[in-house]
Amino acid sequence: MAFVEPKESFAGKVYQITIGSDKTAVFGGENALPFLTVDGNYPNKPVIAFEIQDVPPTDWPDTVRKAYENVSGDPVTWAKYCQNELNAQAIALRLVGTHPDRENRTAEDAAKTVKDVLAAINVPLIILGSNNVEKDSVVLVAAAEAAKDKNCVIGKAQEANYKTIAAAAMANNHKLIAMSELDINLSKQLNILITQMGFDKERLITDPMCSALGYGLEYTYSVMERIRLAALTQNDATMQPPILADVGMYVWKVKETQAAEADVPNWGNVEQRGITWETVTAGSLMVSGAELLIMRHPEAVKAIQKFIDELN
Amino acid sequence: MLIIGEKLSIIAKRVREAMLKKDKGPIQEIATRQWKEGSGMIDANIGPAEDGGEDLMQWMVTTIQEVVPLPVCLDTTNFSAVEAGLKVHNNQWGRPLINSTSNDPERFPMMEIAAKYNAQIIGLTVGKGGLPADAEERAGIAAEIMGRAMEYGIPLEDLYLDPLVLQVATSQDHALHVVKAIKMFQEMNDPAMKTVVGLSNISNGCPKTLRPILNKYYFVMLMDAGLSSAIADAHEMAEAMQEKKTIDDVLSGKSIDDAAKMTEIKKTMDIFMNKTLYAHSYLEM
Repeated sequence: MAFVEPKESFAGKVYQITIGSDKTAVFGGENALPFLTVDGNYPNKPVIAFEIQDVPPTDWPDTVRKAYENVSGDPVTWAKYCQNELNAQAIALRLVGTHPDRENRTAEDAAKTVKDVLAAINVPLIILGSNNVEKDSVVLVAAAEAAKDKNCVIGKAQEANYKTIAAAAMANNHKLIAMSELDINLSKQLNILITQMGFDKERLITDPMCSALGYGLEYTYSVMERIRLAALTQNDATMQPPILADVGMYVWKVKETQAAEADVPNWGNVEQRGITWETVTAGSLMVSGAELLIMRHPEAVKAIQKFIDELN
Repeated sequence: MLIIGEKLSIIAKRVREAMLKKDKGPIQEIATRQWKEGSGMIDANIGPAEDGGEDLMQWMVTTIQEVVPLPVCLDTTNFSAVEAGLKVHNNQWGRPLINSTSNDPERFPMMEIAAKYNAQIIGLTVGKGGLPADAEERAGIAAEIMGRAMEYGIPLEDLYLDPLVLQVATSQDHALHVVKAIKMFQEMNDPAMKTVVGLSNISNGCPKTLRPILNKYYFVMLMDAGLSSAIADAHEMAEAMQEKKTIDDVLSGKSIDDAAKMTEIKKTMDIFMNKTLYAHSYLEM
């Protein structure tokens, strides 16, 4: 008897999102589980954005800071380097310097940085706050206005501040990241609340909260997988926005990416270890459902690009 | 269907304060109200009660039975408090129920006390290893508890199996596991094993307005599965029994006049059946 390939077909489909106004990037749009092209359409590969910051990355470990040694003192130079030298598909500008416990930069400062970076690049821009819910609701509003009509991604809107941030993203024609803390039911709830404000669900990106290998990665993996299954098998429109994995931020603070080889000789070379840690974390989350990745180390990005090409 | 009134719990501020001050007024008022609303037994939840648990349980049992002609469900992890409560329990109003034993060896002494005082007992189908994953695991643990109960000399008719209701907001797939477990438990003996649930836990963590809806419809589902008793809000359960026909009609595909009600029932049942993902605003979708 001839072998018949088992096929799953799903009622639901992930929304396809296009970001950027000059060069654009497209992700989502599939009606199958990640990379399972045999089951359905998988029209777009995941998109990787290089993370940069509005202030020098003094909190990044040396091994990843070294990759941006001569450019990270200025966000514009840094952004151009990622676009022109590293062929970035997208840039993720994290306005971490606006955090009250950091440089406490003002919303006006942040807006100027956004404008300057946008003027220097033609790839899509993702604009992230400092993850301080009060400050973000001021900073991201100013940033969204500064980037008006540039079809950026604004994030992250959380339960405590989604109203102002979603309104600003809506008024200035951006996409929006909705983040909840590792709970699929709260993730669905936040997407409902945001769409109830009149925000188009096809402009949303879900961030179920990332975690690094060894630090709860399996929780993120499982939540992403369940979100995708709800989108496909239950045709749940609230769970059909693409998923973000904000990888670099979580990976480059765990001890495995930082501990010196002299202290833990059996762990091997610290630089290679960090790159591997980011690659494995990003790769795992991509196969669980993430369509947009934010990463830091150029070598890890290269490895994931190769992984994507091989899976396709 | 036996409703065990749930309102006398140390978790409620008013009840806790009355317990601390040994103020009979609020306790008797709440017990009386639950009796009038249809409770056949009153749950007295005094928590772990490590200090003075014996006195507190005795005071609760006598305070309740002074005004209400019902048996008491003695709800604590403190063995000596349970034993003290059983000593003063007035069996003229029915036999007391111990809440609870489980498959955790630390909880076996509850069975010894049940046998000694000829009390009924709840067997929570959890072991030492954490929460059961599905209905089958619950049934496996139930079988072990039944074996243990017989060793202690407790007739199986006096054992109420409790599959452990979990929060739908965080453990949605367990809603259906519990329904299945209730069916499986009954098959495990002839006459069928008695079953009980702590019903309101299904809606724990959900918005206040949603809680009665989730409680009532889930109760109807469990009733249809053959549930014999529930620790619950008697007022809500009386409403559920009144609405049961409507709910059963909707579930069997019939149309009812009240369109809004029909949508509410369908959406809620889809949550329990794991057909749609729970979110606090699921009724608005």
